[in-house]
Amino acid sequence: MATYLEFIQQNEERDGVRFSWNVWPSSRLEATRMVVPLACLLTPLRERPDLPPVQYEPVLCSRPTCKAVLNPLCQVDYRAKLWACNFCFQRNQFPPAYAGISEVNQPAELMPQFSTIEYIVQRGPQTPLIFLYVVDTCLEEEDLQALKESLQMSLSLLPADALVGLITFGRMIQVHELSCEGISKSYVFRGTKDLTAKQIQDMLGLSRPAVPIQQGRPLQAPEQPVISSRFLQPVHKIDMNLTDLLGELQRDPWPVTQGKRPLRSTGVALSIAVGLLEGTFPNTGARIMLFTGGPPTQGPGMVVGDELKTPIRSWHDIEKDNARFMKKATKHYETLANRTATNGHCIDIYACALDQTGLLEMKCCANLTGGHMVMGDSFNTSLFKQTFQRVFNKGLNGEFRMAFGANLEVKTSRELKIAGAIGPCVSLNVKGPCVSENELGIGGTSQWKICGLDPCTTLAIYFEVVNQHNAPIPQGGRGAVQFVTQYQHSSTQKRIRVTTIARNWADAQSQLQHIEAAFDQEAAAVLMARLGVYRAESEEGPDVLRWLDRQLIRLCQKFGQYNKDDPNSFRLSESFSLYPQFMFHLRRSPFLQVFNNSPDESSYYRHHFARQDLTQSLIMIQPILYAYSFHGPPEPVLLDSSSILPDRILLMDTFFQIVIYLGETIAQWQKAGYQDMPEYENFKHLLQAPLDDAQEILQTRFPMPRYVHTEHGGSQARFLLSKVNPSQTHNNLYAWGQESGAPILTDDVSLQVFMDHLKKLAVSSAA
Amino acid sequence: MLQLLHIPNPSQEWEAFLQVLDHLILHFIMGIMETLTPHMQHLSLVFQSPPPPNNTGPSYPPSSLHSQPASPHTASTSCTTQLANQLNSMQINSYGPSAIQSSHTSSGHPASFQGPQPLPLTQHQMALPPGPQIPPPANNFSGLCAQSSLPNMARQDGIPGSGLPNPNLQQLPGQTPGPGYHPQQGNYGPQMAGSQLSYPGAFPGGPAQLSGPPQKRLDPDSIPSPIQVIENDKSSRGGQIYATNTRGQVPPLVTTDCLIQDQGHASPRYIRCTTYCFPSTSDMAKQARIPLAAVIQPFATVPQNETPLYVVNHGEAGPIRCNRCKAYMCPFMQFIEGGRRYQCGFCNCINDVPPFFFQHLDHIGRRVDHYERPELSLGSYEYVATLDYCRNNKPPNPPAYIFMIDVSYRNINSGLVKLICDELKTLLDKLPREEQEESSAIRVGFVTYNKVLHFFNVKSNLAQPQMMVVSDVGEVFVPLLDGFLVNFQESRSVVNNLLDQIPEMFADTNESETIFAPVIQAGMEALKAAECAGKLFIFHSSLPTAEAPGKLRNRDDKKLLNTDKEKTLFQPQVNSYESLARDCVANGCCVNLFLFPNQYVDIASLGLVTMHTGGTLYKYNNFQLNSDSPQFLTDLRRDIEKKTGFDAIMRVRTSTGFRATDFFGAIYMNNTTDVEMAAVDCDKAVTVEFKHDDKLNEDSGALIQCAVLYTSISGQRRLRIHNIGLNCSTQLADVYKTCETDALINFFAKSAFKAILSQPLKAVREILVSQTAHMLACYRKNCASPSAVSQLILPDAMKVLPVYVNCLLKSSVLTGRPEIPTDERAYHRQLVMSMGVADTQLFFYPQLLPIHNLDLKSDAVPAAVRCSEERLSEGGAFILANGLSMFLWLGVSTPPELIQGLFNVPSFAHISTEATLLPDLANTYSKKIKSIVEHIQNQKPYTMKLMIVKQREQPEMLFRQFLVEDKSIHGGASYVDFLCCVHKEICQLLN
Repeated sequence: MATYLEFIQQNEERDGVRFSWNVWPSSRLEATRMVVPLACLLTPLRERPDLPPVQYEPVLCSRPTCKAVLNPLCQVDYRAKLWACNFCFQRNQFPPAYAGISEVNQPAELMPQFSTIEYIVQRGPQTPLIFLYVVDTCLEEEDLQALKESLQMSLSLLPADALVGLITFGRMIQVHELSCEGISKSYVFRGTKDLTAKQIQDMLGLSRPAVPIQQGRPLQAPEQPVISSRFLQPVHKIDMNLTDLLGELQRDPWPVTQGKRPLRSTGVALSIAVGLLEGTFPNTGARIMLFTGGPPTQGPGMVVGDELKTPIRSWHDIEKDNARFMKKATKHYETLANRTATNGHCIDIYACALDQTGLLEMKCCANLTGGHMVMGDSFNTSLFKQTFQRVFNKGLNGEFRMAFGANLEVKTSRELKIAGAIGPCVSLNVKGPCVSENELGIGGTSQWKICGLDPCTTLAIYFEVVNQHNAPIPQGGRGAVQFVTQYQHSSTQKRIRVTTIARNWADAQSQLQHIEAAFDQEAAAVLMARLGVYRAESEEGPDVLRWLDRQLIRLCQKFGQYNKDDPNSFRLSESFSLYPQFMFHLRRSPFLQVFNNSPDESSYYRHHFARQDLTQSLIMIQPILYAYSFHGPPEPVLLDSSSILPDRILLMDTFFQIVIYLGETIAQWQKAGYQDMPEYENFKHLLQAPLDDAQEILQTRFPMPRYVHTEHGGSQARFLLSKVNPSQTHNNLYAWGQESGAPILTDDVSLQVFMDHLKKLAVSSAA
Repeated sequence: MLQLLHIPNPSQEWEAFLQVLDHLILHFIMGIMETLTPHMQHLSLVFQSPPPPNNTGPSYPPSSLHSQPASPHTASTSCTTQLANQLNSMQINSYGPSAIQSSHTSSGHPASFQGPQPLPLTQHQMALPPGPQIPPPANNFSGLCAQSSLPNMARQDGIPGSGLPNPNLQQLPGQTPGPGYHPQQGNYGPQMAGSQLSYPGAFPGGPAQLSGPPQKRLDPDSIPSPIQVIENDKSSRGGQIYATNTRGQVPPLVTTDCLIQDQGHASPRYIRCTTYCFPSTSDMAKQARIPLAAVIQPFATVPQNETPLYVVNHGEAGPIRCNRCKAYMCPFMQFIEGGRRYQCGFCNCINDVPPFFFQHLDHIGRRVDHYERPELSLGSYEYVATLDYCRNNKPPNPPAYIFMIDVSYRNINSGLVKLICDELKTLLDKLPREEQEESSAIRVGFVTYNKVLHFFNVKSNLAQPQMMVVSDVGEVFVPLLDGFLVNFQESRSVVNNLLDQIPEMFADTNESETIFAPVIQAGMEALKAAECAGKLFIFHSSLPTAEAPGKLRNRDDKKLLNTDKEKTLFQPQVNSYESLARDCVANGCCVNLFLFPNQYVDIASLGLVTMHTGGTLYKYNNFQLNSDSPQFLTDLRRDIEKKTGFDAIMRVRTSTGFRATDFFGAIYMNNTTDVEMAAVDCDKAVTVEFKHDDKLNEDSGALIQCAVLYTSISGQRRLRIHNIGLNCSTQLADVYKTCETDALINFFAKSAFKAILSQPLKAVREILVSQTAHMLACYRKNCASPSAVSQLILPDAMKVLPVYVNCLLKSSVLTGRPEIPTDERAYHRQLVMSMGVADTQLFFYPQLLPIHNLDLKSDAVPAAVRCSEERLSEGGAFILANGLSMFLWLGVSTPPELIQGLFNVPSFAHISTEATLLPDLANTYSKKIKSIVEHIQNQKPYTMKLMIVKQREQPEMLFRQFLVEDKSIHGGASYVDFLCCVHKEICQLLN
């Protein structure tokens, strides 16, 4: 048997699923004692170039409450042409089309290697993708120009038949009609008045007249295209028009007096965008792309007043309950986000400004709808330009890396129930026998809607073992989970991806070592982190940290090997060894620490943390540090201050930042210009190596990370110093002494101290 | 003539009516005979009281016509026979007196104060041929002259016909006005003797009457004729110079053309008063019940040959004003103490003369710079205002014009939108500008709308216009700042591009619902945002039924007529229009409304904002592109080119003892003194009523100063000051002598039209009649020499008052008849409210010009004839105009050469009545008549659409309504009936 590591990796590659536990404790009681819940990270649309979709409808279990999809785990009676559902044990007749099946002539969905399978189904009319640009015009001239160019460029990246629309806003909101010749036409709304969807549709003339117009005119059946075409037009038809229109966009003309912020009606603009799509294209794939260069300053959803002398709320203000617009604004955007989610559309937020832009309040728009959130300093930066371009990147098979309106349904065997999910989704409130009463994350449902997703979008799904202790599962019994994701592919096809997995049950009392060995500490760390971050959104920061600490201690108590009250005897098995370290870095991460971060930044970080896959999430929790030196090939080194050495170049990837740091000596060499001397070409190569590696990361990462190139003593070195474990500080510099690294000026505890405390607490009999 | 009247409905009723007429004639003529007696001095008309029983209801014919059966129709038969017997003698008598009278008049005059004048005057009249000039067919009107000589002697008559009065007046400046004047007034009474008896036209008139049904003829010529009064004034004062150098002098009639020289009092073009001599005490005023009012037309157009207003600029010091009453420096300020101080003529406060303004006095106590400073020597002038007079103490921006076009289905379909857009392209080059400027400072903006609003960005640097749709009509706002209001010269190409595109853009619209209040709101907000005053030009066609503020429903209900609720038809349907009007005024937004209705559009509501913002309402019923565009385009052109004052506030100050209490016009009043007008143009007149506070001093007179603070078309803040001084007297005779009937009618019309908002129509009509009777009765009691109660005696200056009041009563507004559309009434009501004296005169008593016997060689416009069926003839052609409509009436036997000349068709039958313009033909007939039409149209605020009416065809019914001396088909009394009724009222009062 392969190692669990291989098993986990294989599973991940095939099914896009990583479970915290790969052998499941067989009773509720035992499961709760495992501390880390039984949960998984699911990447529903994980890229599978090797998986050809099948062109037929899935076969469903006939029990109305089940409707599980036929899968390799089902028992099949080839002669009787019957199959037994592995979830509800209902015996089902195969449909007539399956008349020819036999042991040797199996449909794909019965083959074990197709535990994940994708169906292409013909359902409903195919509508092209929709991209609705919502553009802030209260920008500096330069920014606006850059944004306009990006937008114009993006037109060439869109699928030719995609529909595009344009809404611009500043003090007022303009919905541009794109079909007009000779005169540019737009509908204007004031930014201070919230409008209901109905009002917006009436005002845009989208509501269909009750009585079909005059008698003389023959009734035109397809009225839909006529109506929608005013604001949403196929790119190929109007790209010239739209390019001109974008080119002519002017900064918001209303005067902004000294000491004031421009009046920016983001709230209403979004509301109109949502209302427009709601009225015209409900339940088809659509992206509302909001580009904003500052905080909303008027109307519903305003985040700050227009007086420059009142700064935008900080964490301090929020703690002091001093952010007067926050609650109302948040509520406004939440309502919008929920409406958008109901319609199956998603909202992207591209916020580029030096100050905050209200992401805190607007975050739910992206979070609930699976939209992107991008934060930058200016639209005139490569960070924004490339990130934006990357939205339209194509995957391995030449398809856009985006999908829409996904409906994720989870089915479990009867020993398991679904506790909830954390990710860019909303609950569909589908109750059922497999829904647990205890909620973790967004619970109370077995289905979620993910309006926008890409191959990386990853949800954390939490389960609860409900099997009672006194009803043991027979040896070799397996629990199964089926994930059914129906979605609109970027080619506008409707597709269904079905992943069915099974894991062994084990009695935690007799077979704990099996369970222990099958622990996926990386998945567990991310799953716990998601829970922590999820809680942090609604709870006080210290409470969350305490909860995390307690969980960690309990886990160590459960799985550590130690003598009571003897910290030095404490050992963790290999499958748990990294876990405390992850927790240590998680505690320090911006996902849980708001110090030094603005509320917007926190929201931004948390947004990405809640949707990235395991690898990226781990990078976010514990950044990766590579060292380049003459002493050997580039190597990953400890994220520790001791790694900062004068003759090293460090490359740190925190997901959000790529930092290249030249050690003191290297920096001096560089200043001295050795890299330009032919005899020191190797130095030139050394300098170049991290740049190349960084470039590689930059190429693939979405959103594009902030790229920092700094050196010892440089002001930007703080990015590195704040991340590394402060094993040497000004307090203990001389205690540790010797060869290594750079002291960090901090009072934060180091990993070593943390571990000491952990051991102490874990072994303590008092705990 | 009466036969003609018969044609439409030769009913029994008519017979009865004729009988009554006969009856009246009888007594009338008897009255005249009495007047011949030399001692009857002041009387213009003497009327025996009708035999009481048979005259039943003449208490008030017009209203009673349908409500009370006991109207003139139903005279008792017994009386008829009696009357018939008397008839012959009357008629015979009627000629005689006139002959005698003419000599009488001339003999009477020399004694009078105007001694020098009357003699030549009468001669002049004889020479000047209103009556005789007219060839036989016109005999009908010869009767016009019947009363005509009466007026000549009094000042009221003083239309500068042959310049007689004027030379006299011009000499007056040398005299001190007060003392010189009074003795003359004292003499006044006796001089009147016999004046009313001159009948220059009586002789020719006779035969005509005989040609009618002989035994039933009455002599309409023997009752006072407005035409005669007008013609007399023309002949005595027309073409002369009228200098305003005397306090309380009565100016020529509005119908008289003369040159006015400002010599210290405002020209009558700016201010006309109901009387130029106020009674000294309020008791007197109450007794006479003559309204004391001034009709002020502050921006009236003055002819080229009269001096435009001087502009006084005191720089930063600003206008000089009395410290106490804030009156502006004017000729009424008396400089004392060697010129160091001055006494305010209004409140008598002594003020210091500002150092920069100091000047020495000459030997008669006048400043030596008197003639160099307009504010010391002229009645009207302007001041440049300082920042204190500006909104927010900031100099105003030049005003803006916003064109707001209804692009709903109807307007597109009728071609109206295209017409407007095409016209604007040329029209925008003609925006008004200051004399010295090269181009207009006025900016323009464009909005179209149906049930949403479309704003247009026409900024000059755009390649193509941008359209911005505002569909939030519930709370409308202006979607753009920059580029909405532009200078046409700079944005010409974009604007033209836009105007080309608008008709196409909406070519396939099927939107039929419209909004209205949000349109005004939008325009107002746009002006507010641009911080300027301006005018909206709204082209609208339907009842605004779309869901929006100011939404209206069709509430036209004929059942309300003649009930207490009738007034609601004239009130706005929803309150929002009132508050909108207030906001518009507060922001200097004037609303001009061009309406193109096919049906009821609720003008009472739609027009309200226009009314209160000093805007003009134009209405084109059932607009047809072919026939109605010339009229509409001319109106539009004229309105755009009009010189206008924006964001205006008018204040009327008076000398102590009386004050302005009531204001009528296209104005808004926020308090009791400030007359606010978002804009005021040359055609808008405000009628101001005065009441006594105290006794007025005969020496100092009654002084009025009207100051209008406004923003000029170039964006300069200015004050326009008009001053006028009136006399005061303890003698009622003086008051009556200086009355001006035209101004009185203007006042009566406006106050009545305002009153119908709060009172039942019937009450308003009764008040009008009773006030007329009261005024006349008071004269009779206090001024006329004793005579039999049965005589109708009219003061000379008011002798046409009854006919005018009757016209007013017959106006559609005061006639609650289901045949008259409610909108039409509301429309007329609104128009009249802002009219000046000349406009009301013409509106209530239309001009009827015979054109079949023209002197083709002369340039002169033919003399008008009285508005009565009798004056028409089968062989004649007439033009009738009232300032709103114009008719060309063609008798069945109109001379073929005239028809050929005018229409280029061979006969009467070939004439098409479709045309609204006379074809341009190269013959003298056509040219002459076109020039007459042009002359009639000249200087009128509304373009009159010409309707061609053939005798005995259906449209003639419409035309008939304008023959105001006749009994109206809507039940209005004839002149004679009304006179009779008034007389009866007077008799009752005297008893």
